[in-house]
Amino acid sequence: MAETIKLEIFRYRPEKESEPTFLTYEVPFLEDWVVLDAINHIKDEIDGTLSYRWSCQMGVCGSCGVMINGVPKLSCAAFLKDYYPDKIRVEPLTGFPVERDLISQIDDFMTKLTKIQPYIIRKRGEEKPLDEGEYLQTPAELARFKPYSMCINCMLCYAACPVYALDSTFIGPAAIALGQRYNMDSRDHGRSARQELIASHEGIWECTFVGECSAVCPKDVDPAAAIQRAKVSSTVDWFKDVLIPWGKKK
Amino acid sequence: MGEKEMSAYHRPVPNTWWLKRTPYVLFMLRELTSIFVAGYCVFLLILVYKLTQGADAYGNFIDALKSPSSIALHFITLAFVLYHTITWFNLTPKILVLYKGEEQIPKALVAGVFYTGWVVVSIVVALLVLGM
Amino acid sequence: MAKSNEPIWWSLFSAGGMVAAMLLPILIIITGILVPFGLGGNDLLNFERIHTAVSQNYPVKLILFIVITLPLFHWAHRFRFTLVDVGLKSVSTLISVLCYGSAITGTIVSVIIFLRI
Repeated sequence: MAETIKLEIFRYRPEKESEPTFLTYEVPFLEDWVVLDAINHIKDEIDGTLSYRWSCQMGVCGSCGVMINGVPKLSCAAFLKDYYPDKIRVEPLTGFPVERDLISQIDDFMTKLTKIQPYIIRKRGEEKPLDEGEYLQTPAELARFKPYSMCINCMLCYAACPVYALDSTFIGPAAIALGQRYNMDSRDHGRSARQELIASHEGIWECTFVGECSAVCPKDVDPAAAIQRAKVSSTVDWFKDVLIPWGKKK
Repeated sequence: MGEKEMSAYHRPVPNTWWLKRTPYVLFMLRELTSIFVAGYCVFLLILVYKLTQGADAYGNFIDALKSPSSIALHFITLAFVLYHTITWFNLTPKILVLYKGEEQIPKALVAGVFYTGWVVVSIVVALLVLGM
Repeated sequence: MAKSNEPIWWSLFSAGGMVAAMLLPILIIITGILVPFGLGGNDLLNFERIHTAVSQNYPVKLILFIVITLPLFHWAHRFRFTLVDVGLKSVSTLISVLCYGSAITGTIVSVIIFLRI
């Protein structure tokens, strides 16, 4: 008798219901299967109407983020054997409106990523022409921002953040970490440009350092640290502006 | 608003969201330590106030410290304040990210500096009060 | 989105949190364990010793004042966000006024009391 495991999956079909429901599916239990394998099995063999996002199956694309027993996880990284024989509850990421089944609307997140100006900004007159070659950077300078560059935009951090769940105007962990990725890049001069967003009420100052964003991040980006460090540097800026108002403005 | 936004389902967040997972409960406990921090500071202020009210008033206040309710309240406060201290120092490596070249200074070292400082300060204060 | 003035409250919160973390535990042990159980002698916190130490020692007075007032701002900032986090966001301005207002009031009261020693 082959072993099986039950998955309780959040279903929402706006064309036929105004409230979501949970449907339970029984799938084969295999030692090396992840939740994504189980969901693909459901789609292929049991219920073709199930909608969800996935792509690389190896934790680099950031597509398959879902809530698994209330914890944000990549479905390609959550092994069935870690839950067996208990039922696994699968829901779309917290904090985002649900479009259909396990698919969240991520427009807010995408907007914030672009608003943070995620590109190298150089001071006027300090852009090197192409024929002068690359901007050189030492390994030590790279180490400063490298963790923040590892983000795969999976939004698990937003799903873990209670501040974002309560107030979606919060810029959020990944966007701020991305801002810091550029702020701490030795080739970048754009920190003050990004500060309008980062140092605003909806930026770092809504964060209460719960720290769960960093706990659930599959790439060890540590957005919580990025945010707290931004609080320190923004505070130093603020005191400089207040105590030395005649100082040069960038 | 497009049709997609109209039909999107917004899941409500209950005010008891923090009870759903252990990390959130621990977070809330950490936040609540601030009440006991403030409470003890008010207690200290009252102690200083009693100093201005003369030896008798102050003496009665100090005697009241021996009562079971005072001791119990102190123990509860100590538990919460210690939780504040530990969570506070453990978070310092997230704020103080320091590098030696390419290597990051280990988290344990950063927190360790604060814990050491805490022990030193506590001993100094204890010796001062005992030997004053 | 203008840059916020939160830094002033956050600085006070951080300073108060560090002062509380470093100094409150030993003080609680003194008033909660040493004194009630008679450890360290029966005159540990007696009026003569403490009144002299505080009134005649400017550094002691200052440190005691800081230990009492800075953590009030730590509480104010943290408690304000805690109330918002449990669903009171709609009255967040009122909460801020009450929290920081209490800390400021506590500081003013402390100044008055300390000036009388």
